[in-house]
Amino acid sequence: MSTTPTAALFKERATTITKDLRHRAVIRGALQKYGVVRDAKKARFRDWQGARTAASEVKWQAINHLDTHLAQFAEKLEARGGIVHWARDGAEARQIILDIVRSKNAHAIVKSKVMTGEEIHINDALEEAGFEVVESDLGEYICQLRHEAPYHFVFPAMHLTRGEISDLFTEKLGTAPTNSPEELTMIARKVLRDKYIRADIGISGANFAIAETGMISITENEGNARLTCALPKTHIALLGIEKVLPKLSDLALFLPMLGTVGCGQLLTGYNTMYGGPKQPGEADGPEEFHVVLLDNRRTDLLASTEQRDALQCIRCGGCLNVCPIYKNIGGHTYGATYQGPIGSVITPHLRGLQEWKHLVFCSSLCGACTEACPVKIDLHHHLLQSRRDAITEKPVWWEKLTFQAVGMVFNRAWLFSLGMKLGRIGQIFHPLIKNTPLDPARAWTRARELPKVAPQTFREWWNQRK
Amino acid sequence: MNVTLFIPCFIDACFPKAGASAVQILERLGHTVDYPQQLTCCGQPAFNSGYWEETRTVARPVLERLKDAEVVVILSGSCGAMIKNFYPELFQGLPEEAVAKAVAAKCYEFSDFLVTRLGVSDLGASFPHKVTFHDGCHGRRELGIKAQPRQLLASVRGLTLVEMEEAETCCGFGGTFSAKFPSVSAAMGEGKLASALETGAEYIVSNDSSCLMHQQGLIDRQGLPLKTIHLAEVLNNVQP
Repeated sequence: MSTTPTAALFKERATTITKDLRHRAVIRGALQKYGVVRDAKKARFRDWQGARTAASEVKWQAINHLDTHLAQFAEKLEARGGIVHWARDGAEARQIILDIVRSKNAHAIVKSKVMTGEEIHINDALEEAGFEVVESDLGEYICQLRHEAPYHFVFPAMHLTRGEISDLFTEKLGTAPTNSPEELTMIARKVLRDKYIRADIGISGANFAIAETGMISITENEGNARLTCALPKTHIALLGIEKVLPKLSDLALFLPMLGTVGCGQLLTGYNTMYGGPKQPGEADGPEEFHVVLLDNRRTDLLASTEQRDALQCIRCGGCLNVCPIYKNIGGHTYGATYQGPIGSVITPHLRGLQEWKHLVFCSSLCGACTEACPVKIDLHHHLLQSRRDAITEKPVWWEKLTFQAVGMVFNRAWLFSLGMKLGRIGQIFHPLIKNTPLDPARAWTRARELPKVAPQTFREWWNQRK
Repeated sequence: MNVTLFIPCFIDACFPKAGASAVQILERLGHTVDYPQQLTCCGQPAFNSGYWEETRTVARPVLERLKDAEVVVILSGSCGAMIKNFYPELFQGLPEEAVAKAVAAKCYEFSDFLVTRLGVSDLGASFPHKVTFHDGCHGRRELGIKAQPRQLLASVRGLTLVEMEEAETCCGFGGTFSAKFPSVSAAMGEGKLASALETGAEYIVSNDSSCLMHQQGLIDRQGLPLKTIHLAEVLNNVQP
């Protein structure tokens, strides 16, 4: 594979982390526990496969009529005084948000979890412009204190043990060490409560945008999104255009589904709908309510007849949690906003196929992701299609030559037989160069023994028998 | 029935006993076995690497040799999925599409052929060992094969099947992936083998020799107390 700096970094990180047995154990342990509760909740569905089909159909319909659904969403929301912004790309979205923040003479910003914010690097933009931004989701807050990206787009700090989080709090916040999750949460809560009260802007994402009612729906477990969206005078919600669902009643399916696959809960702790600024006669809520709808090349993906179902994604993280690649290389290795199988499918579309094609090649195409996806995105086949597209666009000359040569051999059985005979001779001398730079099979022999050509191949056995 | 046998290239070269076992089993069941010698490889390595044109060069003669077969039995879930599921996609919109679909319809993975098509599950075999079964991903998820090999193993005398927790987790072979990302592939394999070891089994049995080739390679390098064996070899262990 031709190597870009992004690919080289990926490979380097992957090689290092796969040797880290502690990392392997932490992730395996966390995901095993998750798997047990997820399966228990899945079993509560009368017909899980039927639910997947229904969800997939709703989302398919939604993205195929994105234009009408989005227009309806904007119209309904604006009728209640919400302000809708359309951002073509990250730069436009950042500018829109910066303009709002500046116009409010804001000084402090509190954020609930928003992956599209990671996608457009909104924290960097706001901090560069001199604003204080605080993450209010516990996992995101931990990542922020560590100056690192979320490890998993649902469980941002899943790679850390309680001890590591305690050490981090001791170092950054000066609190006493503790091993109790409750105490750790209380430490963060105490710091964050003060931030909510002082913040004049709250930035959130959205899990769903309901076209029928012009509302956004946010799912969370900590109550931090409610405070982020309700306390500050201005609320800005940043979301991808694919988040739209046609009807309010669609949530009856999608909320339990997201809770089940996302966290192994029948329903997530808090599911809230936000429909605009404080209305006349209402006691609380923001004075201004902005929704920034982000394209950022999602419409390019929509144009792909083969892979547009990737826009059905509800960001539950279900595919990451079953992915043997993700479990072994971990979230940070991807170097992308969205990790795991869905990340490997959409990142090349959102950020360029040639630069990110290593993600589509770093898969055994096992299909566990596709099987787990609640909205039936054909994930692993999309990786295969993107491989084809990457190579058709830009073949690797030596690979092409190799496959042409191998094809010539395979199409001539006598040559194949000759190859086996040569292999038998070669393997006598192979131990001399095994796992050295001279070894043509080194990619294999670094970690494994090479299989041997049998003393009698199958075709030799067949011919002798006849 | 006249069965045309498709022996994957790696079975031909490295694991001929699996192929020979399949032939003997099918013949004992009263079928004639045909093995067209020009059949070598299904082209999957090129296909999974993105070289679809090069794949077609290899796949066309395969179709040519299989198109008149009564029924095709493929001794691998992976090559089975390639011919059965991916050939029609590979030739979509091309003149060979109809042939690819017709061939796909008469292709069976070995265990699926025995159980689903022939309705056989007891082959009179005995294998007095504790084994665990590895589901190759292509067989499991592309072809939906899970019960068939287990049904066959259940009838083997003396055999104890202990399922491992990670039976359906990929072992990390993944064809060219194993050479492109060797460290990731090996780490996945180690996870798989750890799960197999937990069962206390002597053998990992599978209907896919390619996965077993990778697992055996790791076992040999690390000196683990495990052996690998193709399902057909287990089923062919009959008293003369």
